[in-house]
Amino acid sequence: MAVLYRIHDDTSDLASFLELCRVHWRGVVVASADEADNTCRIDCGTERLRDICQWLTDDLGFAFATLVAEQAPKNWLLIYAFYKDAKSPLVRVELKLDAALSVAPSVVDLLHGPSFDWHEREVEDLFGLHFEGHPRLGEFVLHEDWLEGINPMRRDFDANKRFEPRTTEPKWEPPTIVTAPGAFAMPIGPVFSDFAESAHFLLETVGEDVVRTIPRFFYKYRGVEKIAEGQPPDRALLLAERFSGTAAFAHGLAFCQAIEAICGIKPPPRALALRAVLAELERLRSHAAAITGICNSTALAVATSQAALIEERLLRLTCEITGHRYLFGAVVPGGVICNPSQTDCRHLTAAVGEITHELRRLLQMLRYSSSFLDRLEEVGVVTEDQALSYGLVGPIARASGVARDIRKVLPYAVYGSTDFSVPVEREGDGYARLRVLFAEAAQSAGIINKVLSSLPDGAICSDELQLRAGAALSAVEAPLGAAFHWVRLDNGGNVSRYRVTPPSFTNWHGFHLAAENFAFQDFPIILASFGLSNAECDR
Amino acid sequence: MANWVLKGLRTGIRTTSYPAGPDDAPGISPGRPIGTSLSSTTAVDQLVRNCPTQAIAPDGSGIAIDQRRCIHCFRCQRGVDEPPIWQQGFEWAAYVDDQAPRKLAAIFGRSLHIRFVDAGACGACMSEARQINNPYYNMHRLGFFITPTPRNADVLLVAGPVSDAMRLPLSKTYEALPTPKRVVAIGACAASGGVFGPSFAASAGIADVIPVDVVVPGCPPPPLAILHGLLLVVERKPPSNVFSRASGGSKESP
Ligand code: SF4
Repeated sequence: MAVLYRIHDDTSDLASFLELCRVHWRGVVVASADEADNTCRIDCGTERLRDICQWLTDDLGFAFATLVAEQAPKNWLLIYAFYKDAKSPLVRVELKLDAALSVAPSVVDLLHGPSFDWHEREVEDLFGLHFEGHPRLGEFVLHEDWLEGINPMRRDFDANKRFEPRTTEPKWEPPTIVTAPGAFAMPIGPVFSDFAESAHFLLETVGEDVVRTIPRFFYKYRGVEKIAEGQPPDRALLLAERFSGTAAFAHGLAFCQAIEAICGIKPPPRALALRAVLAELERLRSHAAAITGICNSTALAVATSQAALIEERLLRLTCEITGHRYLFGAVVPGGVICNPSQTDCRHLTAAVGEITHELRRLLQMLRYSSSFLDRLEEVGVVTEDQALSYGLVGPIARASGVARDIRKVLPYAVYGSTDFSVPVEREGDGYARLRVLFAEAAQSAGIINKVLSSLPDGAICSDELQLRAGAALSAVEAPLGAAFHWVRLDNGGNVSRYRVTPPSFTNWHGFHLAAENFAFQDFPIILASFGLSNAECDR
Repeated sequence: MANWVLKGLRTGIRTTSYPAGPDDAPGISPGRPIGTSLSSTTAVDQLVRNCPTQAIAPDGSGIAIDQRRCIHCFRCQRGVDEPPIWQQGFEWAAYVDDQAPRKLAAIFGRSLHIRFVDAGACGACMSEARQINNPYYNMHRLGFFITPTPRNADVLLVAGPVSDAMRLPLSKTYEALPTPKRVVAIGACAASGGVFGPSFAASAGIADVIPVDVVVPGCPPPPLAILHGLLLVVERKPPSNVFSRASGGSKESP
């Protein structure tokens, strides 16, 4: 792994990036700029795709955000989106393929290839579009018992079609690599002994130590992207909020931002400020839940109770302010629904202050609990190089030294004008992730206070929403990391394509890096220190 | 060395007085709409039209609500001429079939061992189910325990619409439970498929796959509603109704 950031080329604004693109790829690809979205579009053919992806990620330090596949009557459209930092534009590499071809070049063998890996596998599985050169295509979202040759995301597939329950158990036989005498693979899941989400883990072990973990997801695949098609945005919003109920506001917001971008409307200032407040309230609760999970995994009973009390307190506070414990129904295209009174704001500020204090006390006590630290330190390590090449996001990436945060990189709501910092740790172990969670929770509380102290008056929702055809990519920093929502509306104003790339999808891909060569009893701790949601990943 | 014992003692007891007494602390439940008499048919039509999951149906001079379908979207509350009554509280659990003999309390005594299955839940139902373990709700004081193996379980607690890949694991877990057994379905998805099912990828709720005894409506049902569902299994609390009628109460098929 040589130098991952070789920043000698100027990507610092849209105009200079466009210039760079035109000089570097003269006569090879067409680059154009979209000022309104601060996006640079690069149209390229199959023969140049790999070079462009390599140039963006290895040479210029861009991170891969998402791959969107669209099926038009005459062709396939593949959109690769990249982001970098607050100054650089968003880059969209677009590739058109003949409808009859259905083959695209794979880019997974590049240095940053792993970040594309699951995207290619998903598109192959759901659309039946082949990626030439990918070593592991096949059963991914759809398990082995799914009917051969049926690709649910294709236009001609009926989302309402119901399948007969299958009685044969799917045969999941991933290639095991551990061959030492006495080696065996221990399956865990998909049903667990506790309140855990459905997923399957195969632990390859030669006794006490686990050598490698092979996870399998998508037990919870509900076809959200498919069933959103044909629905008006206000119905699709229900899906955006509910596919991952513990990050409902973040995903609802991302969806609404996409609709606003398509329809060219801007929420009023008060709405933008309240969006930041509610998003941070959700992050605070989500981080408290993750902290509860980590304490619980180390069997530290009093700390678990303390963290759980904080979590429940935040749930109640959220319910008092928004009417719902998980912020369902709080955001709409054009603004927000709930309009807290001055009394509500004072109550919120005071309560968040107390909660911050309790969190600080909890961290102090955890710091001096050596039996607790012993179980987290040097456990489940993800290095910075790994985090970069897998394109990891959120608190997990930030605990491994990658200081990326969508609130800074592609600011939305009022984050561009609000002062806050992005906590970063270097060790990449369970303890680093715990510290990042605590530090981010404190930042969230700070943002809530700052925004509430200068909350603008006025309307909370724009009433100019006129649906029209178009497409937009929107990004938010959800509690677990970067989330990208691509929405296309047809002429009737209905959703014709909805593509969600949630942080849990991105980060579960990197989980196996942290779950290598560890003592068996550490598995729950590594799992908890990742704190991801399968509902969010599986969709 | 951190003194956790002292910290625990200092925190004191925070546990709810439910089910012995009431609990109306702010924020413990989002509340829910109930059947309401309305002044005009236009008001009725507006609510029926606004409800995205067909939970609202005309009923006499007002509306009835099928609580299994309600996803707490607030679209019958916000921006409508005449919203239905939004009722606080959390005793939402109901028996699926009122006629079925329920002589299980005697068999189970007052204690229950619970096995949880996630059949494609969004995370909110699971989060609320996890909360019944937290010190505010503390299910252990009621004799409710999570058991690591289905062979020791009396109750299957299930959330989610049943995604395609979870159908088989769910029915196998159900079969692994010894009889007598009870199934408690929590959340709108588990009760009706919610916003996800029925579709190519999900069923229309748990009852599509295994027999259900108790439903706990809500999106998600708050922790005390889930406790109410478990208390129903041991007959320590009376049930609510799945259908909430305009006239206020009796359960009837639509
Ligand atoms: S809150 Fe419930 S009853 Fe009211 S519109 Fe939404 S789903 Fe229908």
